[in-house]
This record gives sequence, C-alpha cells and structure tokens, in this order.
Amino acid sequence: MPSLLEERTEAGLNSRQAQAAGVRAERRIRGRLARISRGLVGIVALATIWEVAPRMGLVDPYFVSPLSDVLAAWWDLLLSGDLWIHLKASLVRSGLGFGLALSIAIPLGAAIAWYRPVREVVSPVLEMFRNTAALALLPVFLLILGIGEVSKVAIVVYACFFPILLNTISGVASVDQQLLRSARVLGLSPVTTFRKVVFPAALPTIFTGIRIAGAAAVLVLIAAEMIGATAGLGYLINYSQYNFLIPQMYAAILTTTGVGLAINYSLVAIERRLSRWRA
Amino acid sequence: MPGTIAIQAVRQVFRVRGDEDRKVHEFVALDDLHLEVGDGEFLTLVGPSGCGKSTVLDLISGLSTPTAGAVVVDGKRVTGPGLDRGVVFQQYTLLPWRTALGNIEFALEALGGLTRGERRERARDYLELVGLTDFASRYPHELSGGMKQRVAIARSLSYEPGVLLMDEPFGALDAQTRERLQEELLQIWRRTGTTIVFITHDIEEAVFLGQRVAVMSSRPGRIEAVLDIVLDRSNPEIDTRATAPFAQYRHQIWSLLRHSDTAATQLEQVHRVA
Ligand SMILES: Nc1ncnc2c1ncn2[C@@H]1O[C@H](COP(=O)(O)OP(=O)(O)O)[C@@H](O)[C@H]1O
Ligand SMILES: [Mg+2]
Repeated sequence: MPSLLEERTEAGLNSRQAQAAGVRAERRIRGRLARISRGLVGIVALATIWEVAPRMGLVDPYFVSPLSDVLAAWWDLLLSGDLWIHLKASLVRSGLGFGLALSIAIPLGAAIAWYRPVREVVSPVLEMFRNTAALALLPVFLLILGIGEVSKVAIVVYACFFPILLNTISGVASVDQQLLRSARVLGLSPVTTFRKVVFPAALPTIFTGIRIAGAAAVLVLIAAEMIGATAGLGYLINYSQYNFLIPQMYAAILTTTGVGLAINYSLVAIERRLSRWRA
Repeated sequence: MPGTIAIQAVRQVFRVRGDEDRKVHEFVALDDLHLEVGDGEFLTLVGPSGCGKSTVLDLISGLSTPTAGAVVVDGKRVTGPGLDRGVVFQQYTLLPWRTALGNIEFALEALGGLTRGERRERARDYLELVGLTDFASRYPHELSGGMKQRVAIARSLSYEPGVLLMDEPFGALDAQTRERLQEELLQIWRRTGTTIVFITHDIEEAVFLGQRVAVMSSRPGRIEAVLDIVLDRSNPEIDTRATAPFAQYRHQIWSLLRHSDTAATQLEQVHRVA
C-alpha cells in the first residue's frame, strides 16, 4: 500500500502534460472507481459493527439500538408523516437563517473590505463575535426574542453570519493587486471593477465561509431546538430520549447526519460549478 | 498625433521608511526626466532593476501622477488611466475565471459601444493576430506562460489604443519563448502601427526590439542616453543578434549602464560618509 508520501512524490504527468498526452481521463476514472468502492467498504463496516455489537452484547442494546431497529424506527417515522413535520421545521429555520446571513454578510463584508480604515476598525470586533460560540448566546436570544421561531432563526443567522462576513472581508481585501491594476488601466469604474474582478476573485474565499456557515446552521439549530421547541429534529431527538424511544432517537440523529451531508455536498457541488476555471 | 508621448521634467518622489533609522523620508525615484516618443515608434527603455522603469510606465499609463512635471499623450496631459493607452504587465493579469477569448472580451466590455456579437468577433480577430485561434476557450491555467502573454497583448491591442506600454512582459519566460515573442511583437507592431514603449532590463532585448533605446540610470532615475538603432532586418534568415552592429549597440549600452552604475555607487558612498 503506497503511503501519502510515496503517492504524492511519485513521478507523474502534470495536468498540462496529461492533457497533451490525452491520458488523463483513463487514470481519473479508474482512480474514482477505486475511491468509491473503498469508501463503501468503510460505510459497510460501520453498519455491520452497529448491527452486530449490540446483538452480541458488546454494548448494552438498550442504550445502543442495533442498526436494523433504528432503520425500522426511521421507516415508521417516515410513514407516519412525523419525520417530514420535524425535518421541514428544521429545514425552514436553518434555510431562512442561512439565507438571511448570506444576503447581509456578503454585501456588508464587501463594503467593509473596500476601505482599509473601516476594515481595521471593525476586524477585531468581528473576530471577537466570531469566537463567541453562538450557543453561549442562546439564553440571551431567548431572553430578548422569546422562545418562538424568531429566536431560533436568529441564532442560525448569528452562527452563519460571521464566517461568511469574515471570509468575504479577507477574500475581497486580498485580491491580487496586479489584477486590480489591469482593471484600472482599462478605466473601469469601482462598481464594475467590483462586479467583474473583485467579486469573482474573492468567491473561492467567500465560499469557504459559506461552507463553514452551512455546517454551523445545522449544528446550532439542532441544539436550539432541544430547548423549548415543539417541532424540529433537535426536538425529536430530545423528546425520544425523554420517552425512552431509543431507536427513534437514533433515527432522528441519522436524519440530522443526512441533512448535514446533503447541505455540505450541495455547497461543494455549487462551488465546483462556479470554479470550473480552476485546475 | 495619436500615439505621441512627451515626458516633461518629471520628478517622482516616494515616501519610504529607512532601513536603518526607521524614519519616513523622501526617496527621489525620478528626477528631471525628459523623453519624447513619436507616433508609431517602437522605443525600448532599458536600465538596471530598481532604476525607476516601472515608475515611468505607471506615469504614462496614468496609474500614478508625477510629483512635478507633466506627461502628455496625444497632446493631452495624462490625469488618469484611459483606453488610449494599453498596458501589458509582466504576469498575472489575465482573469483566471475567463477563457482566453473572455479575457479579450473583458477589455472590449470596458470600451463599450459594441454588441456581444461584435465583441466576440473582434476578440477572435485579435486572438488570431497573436496566433491563438485554437486556444480561444482555454482558461489561463491551461495556457503556457508565452500563450498567456500573447493573450495579454491581444487584450491590450483589442481596443486599439494609440500607445502600447509593456513592462518587462517577457521577463518571466524561457529564452526560446522570449525570442519568438520578440519576433512576433515586431510583426504585430509593423502591422498595427501602434506606438510601443517597451521596458526591459535585458540589453539584447532592448536592442533587438527598439528603433530607439533609452538608457536609464538610477538614483535618481534619469535618461542617460537615447540611441538610434539601425539594423538590417531585410533578410529573415540572418540571425540579427549575431551581427556585428548588434554587438556594438549591445556593448555601447552595456558601457553606459556600467558607467552610471559605478557613478551611482560612488555617490551613495559619499552620502554615507557625509
Ligand atoms: N510606491 C512606491 N513607494 C516607495 N518606493 C517605491 C514605490 N514604487 C517604486 N519605488 C521605488 O522606486 C524605485 C524604482 O522602482 P521601479 O520603478 O519599480 O524600478 P524598476 O521597474 O526599474 O525595477 C525603486 O527603488 C523602488 O523601491
Ligand atoms: Mg519594474
């Protein structure tokens, strides 16, 4: 089995040589198949352990339900329509919060980055906010906004806002100066320069923030829903645990995993689409 | 005349922080610099690294304004960048998210007054001028260094400026590619009739390309001498660089640069002692 070191230092074609020789496609496809099948091996192994360990008494089957029980509970939730109710509640809240954060943080970040003094004044403050865990502020949000929907959406906005804002600021502020010089030489207005040069150049950095925000949206929401909610995946997890519906609890947890994966992969896919121009 | 440039008594001072005393003081990059370039002329500006060549180019392009003196292009004083002047920098100036064709269209969008189709057509014409028709849909990372500079040249010529300013555009290329691009540039210049100011620290490049070579000295940056270059280029089979006149020009400029360099070093020592 070649180690990372051997694999990366092996003599090989760079992308342009590979393209010239027309050998890239073949190697890519074979590499991809191998990768997918190895990944499947890992998943299957995990599923097997989850199923077998409780059944053989290696772990207490009451606290860790075998996978088949969990899947059965998940199927029941799906058929009864409960799953959809809770999933929808969570998706609406996190989607709303994420969307709001996105639409405020990007323009605001761009504006802050545009003027160096502004950037230098606000950056330390923003850095402080970012490092204040959103959940630590949950009691404050509940106090001010009450226990309803508003406080839950607000905490998602908070959690998503700072990663996007700070990445937008750093992406915009670090645009290659040579690109800006060639834009200025063409006599482009500041607005056009921003639209056609600065924003596209900053997009990969901004997207890093967006991906962090996507993960944060789910994480924070689930926790928020465990406190004073009547619907949502977090509520479902907590409720199942209180009522000793352990397989159902795991079913709800698996659903959050699915949501997290779906968000992450769709963001990655969008990012890929937008940055096809890169290697 | 559309492509004339006159640099009149230009002085450019930068505020810099000293290495030793950490205090801000003034650094005279250019002092009393005069230079005239005629319409359709190919002038090369050669000088050691740090003598102020890029500073001169920034002034002509309008990216910066002189502390004193004036830069006049086509009879009008330069106050900022404009599409009457195109600039090709050393590297990293293509938008990486646009194709070769898209990068030229980008400049034409700035020009305005053209439909999408017209921009596309014109961009294709200029890609053809630099011999890259087949690479229209490649992204910059898929192009070699020489191709990228060809696209940059095509982009700067696409809006048909009277003056093309080039700041060591071939400096990052390997020797063979550089020589090919030099020859291509001369052909393009003959075809378009654009005034070209070409900056380089490579004496041979300056002699090979220029109708006139302006030799710059440093600290402060001044034009030391301007040489007329007359080389017989009628026979393409002859390696111009290997001819006796070429070697003479090369040596002449080498001596000028060497002389001004020793003078500058001596001047610096006097300052340090004082
Ligand atoms: N913006 C600036 N601020 C301070 N010093 C500068 C600035 N631009 C150029 N200089 C200085 O002016 C001198 C000439 O620079 P430059 O024109 O880039 O030289 P060249 O292009 O000939 O290598 C150098 O000593 C450089 O350090
Ligand atoms: Mg320079």
